[in-house]
Amino acid sequence: MPAANEQQRIRISGGRVIDPASGVDSIQDMYVAAGRIVSMGQAPDGFTSDREIDASGQVVCPGLIDLCARLREPGQEHKATIASESLAAASGGVTTLCCPPDTHPVIDTPAVTEFIRLRAEAAGKARIVTLGALTQGLGGEQLSEMAALRKAGCVGVSNAMQPLRNPLVQRRALEYAATHGLTVFLYPNDHWLANSGCAHEGRVATRLGLPGIPEAAETTAVAGDLALIEQTGVRAHFCRLTTGRAVQMVARAQFDRAPVTADVAIPYLYLSEVDISDFDSRCHLLPPLRTVEDRQRLRDALQQGTLSAICSDHQPHEPDAKLRPFPATEPGISGLDSLLPLSLQLVDEQAIELGDLIHRLTAGPATILGLPFGTLAVGAIADICIFHPELTWQLDTGTIQSRGHNTPFMGREFKGRVTHTLLAGNMVYSLGGAN
Amino acid sequence: MNQDSLQINSSGQLRHFLSISGLNRQILNDILDTAESFAGVTAQSVKKVPLLRGKTIVNLFFEASTRTRTTFELAAKRLSADVLNINITQSSATKGETLLDTLRNLEAMHVDMFIVRHADSGAAHFIASNVATHTRVINAGDGRHSHPTQAMLDMFTIRRIKGPDFGRLRVAIVGDILHSRVARSQIHALNLLNTGEVRIVAPRTLLPAHAESLGAHVFHNLQEGIRDVDVIIMLRLQHERMQGALLPSEHEYFELFGLTEEKLAFASPEVTVMHPGPINRGVEMDSEVADGPRSVILEQVTHGIAVRMAVMSMAMSSKNTIAG
Repeated sequence: MPAANEQQRIRISGGRVIDPASGVDSIQDMYVAAGRIVSMGQAPDGFTSDREIDASGQVVCPGLIDLCARLREPGQEHKATIASESLAAASGGVTTLCCPPDTHPVIDTPAVTEFIRLRAEAAGKARIVTLGALTQGLGGEQLSEMAALRKAGCVGVSNAMQPLRNPLVQRRALEYAATHGLTVFLYPNDHWLANSGCAHEGRVATRLGLPGIPEAAETTAVAGDLALIEQTGVRAHFCRLTTGRAVQMVARAQFDRAPVTADVAIPYLYLSEVDISDFDSRCHLLPPLRTVEDRQRLRDALQQGTLSAICSDHQPHEPDAKLRPFPATEPGISGLDSLLPLSLQLVDEQAIELGDLIHRLTAGPATILGLPFGTLAVGAIADICIFHPELTWQLDTGTIQSRGHNTPFMGREFKGRVTHTLLAGNMVYSLGGAN
Repeated sequence: MNQDSLQINSSGQLRHFLSISGLNRQILNDILDTAESFAGVTAQSVKKVPLLRGKTIVNLFFEASTRTRTTFELAAKRLSADVLNINITQSSATKGETLLDTLRNLEAMHVDMFIVRHADSGAAHFIASNVATHTRVINAGDGRHSHPTQAMLDMFTIRRIKGPDFGRLRVAIVGDILHSRVARSQIHALNLLNTGEVRIVAPRTLLPAHAESLGAHVFHNLQEGIRDVDVIIMLRLQHERMQGALLPSEHEYFELFGLTEEKLAFASPEVTVMHPGPINRGVEMDSEVADGPRSVILEQVTHGIAVRMAVMSMAMSSKNTIAG
């Protein structure tokens, strides 16, 4: 992270401090120095601030941690870059982004990890952590050099959306990851059952004649994964569950104390198969948007904590990627800009309490990643998001920061807007102002 | 923009013809009535009317087709339009040009109407959303989604034979419903015209999820499915369905779902047998049935011209105003 301003001493006054990790929810002042939180409530002896942030009427919470964001660099810079998406993250209150290994080239060597780290540092707006490839080139056959990837800074391993050749390769990969204490990030989607479908196999796909992806593509993958997790003892995380049944299977495994966690991506909490009714390619996602009942069960599981993180599943695209007949469009939503405001809407809809919601955006994902962020405890790295919960704004081509404008929420009026983002004590974003 | 307001203008006229879903019974009946008036034209020795004189119509086919493309071409010529056939399978798409680029280039040549066939569901809808307001789009089949002119020519055929009261009719559609855009459009059309009962008959592997939600009763047994029906529509079984573990063999399929004179006895004595073509003789249907007195398969082809003339002239004469 940039060192230039690290000595800056900042007082954040009058905000409602919500830090689920330390159980704090009260109005108090916060003091930041040398990139860390040095005190809450009382100023430390002799503290003089270089900068004051008046946070009255606002919420001060840990910087958000996004478990899955495609930054498109290296390899697809025509869609977005680490610099452009870091900026979108900062303006959305996100301080740590986790990048899956399906870049071009794939993150299967320390060199690619190092490249991403250097680009992130040059951009200086967000911390980017990486998942290493589980198999070389994500080819599903040959194990990657996981020890080297771990040493290079990868926080976990994953084969992203690519299939493994067979369950034996999967078993060995999980065992090898467990050997190195690496969490395996699983994207449960059975390649064969998904069978190049592009929509949930349900009433809407039936009417539109779109090739379907059955619920079983997710549940059989989760069932197989759970059996091998039990066999190997590896710590595993299920990325982006979409079906109520799969969530139920994970809940049961958690009850049996299996070392598994799971997340949900924000679009799946708001959209459903119904939203593709008019071949709206902006709602073409992979895995597909499921039924309205699935959406409700995801919301319930988020509230109960079976799903302990919300990610953006950010996938910025150039306009052409969506300007085709629905099945030929590229899946994914540009989600960084709307991660926080959409999440806050869950509180308005009484689907979750504000404190629990912030947990799912901060401490929840931090625990999954095994990183010391996502808390405002004294002594912690000062990754801080300050947002005004009542400020309304519109997501449009003027306000969106991501280079990808591919979101069905374009034009949507949101309530709740980030006013300041601090990354290790540096102001990386302030609403309407220069840093 | 949703499909309904894309297809219908603010005066309730047909602008584009993309799918049956989103239309109403009145428009369907208008199409059938208009087709009836053109059916006379196509039987005359001078088979032309000057309705679309000076208009340029492009047959834009991204998928191979003989029957549909030819009947569209004939229909356009009988309306006195200039017709251009473009086969993209052997053209720009193979050179990497995007669908939108192909469209823009053709539009620059002042095309008035596109007749589109494409392998992706939603392609016609996509094209209609992206053409200039004065340009019309007719769907000649998109993926598994819709083939509305085929459905309308089938409705036309049924109405000519059985009369205008669909409420008295039981209609069974037999075969590969899963992959069939024809079946989807037929089911919508039959329901919009208040058909007494619509049935679909197929093994589970050839039915989509929640097949009954299309608006039909589901049967897995041919004899039960066609019992007492007035119309049987047999669907074409693509040879490639034998791969991918959908069916064990053409032999077993014919045994169970192939229409023979013997099985036909389960249907109403007055039953009419239809097929959108091309037929696989000995797979979905016995030659005896295909060429027999119950079959109206060739009439369907003839009616295709009148129905396509109707749809083209209606769409072209509608106002450009877009429904809100």
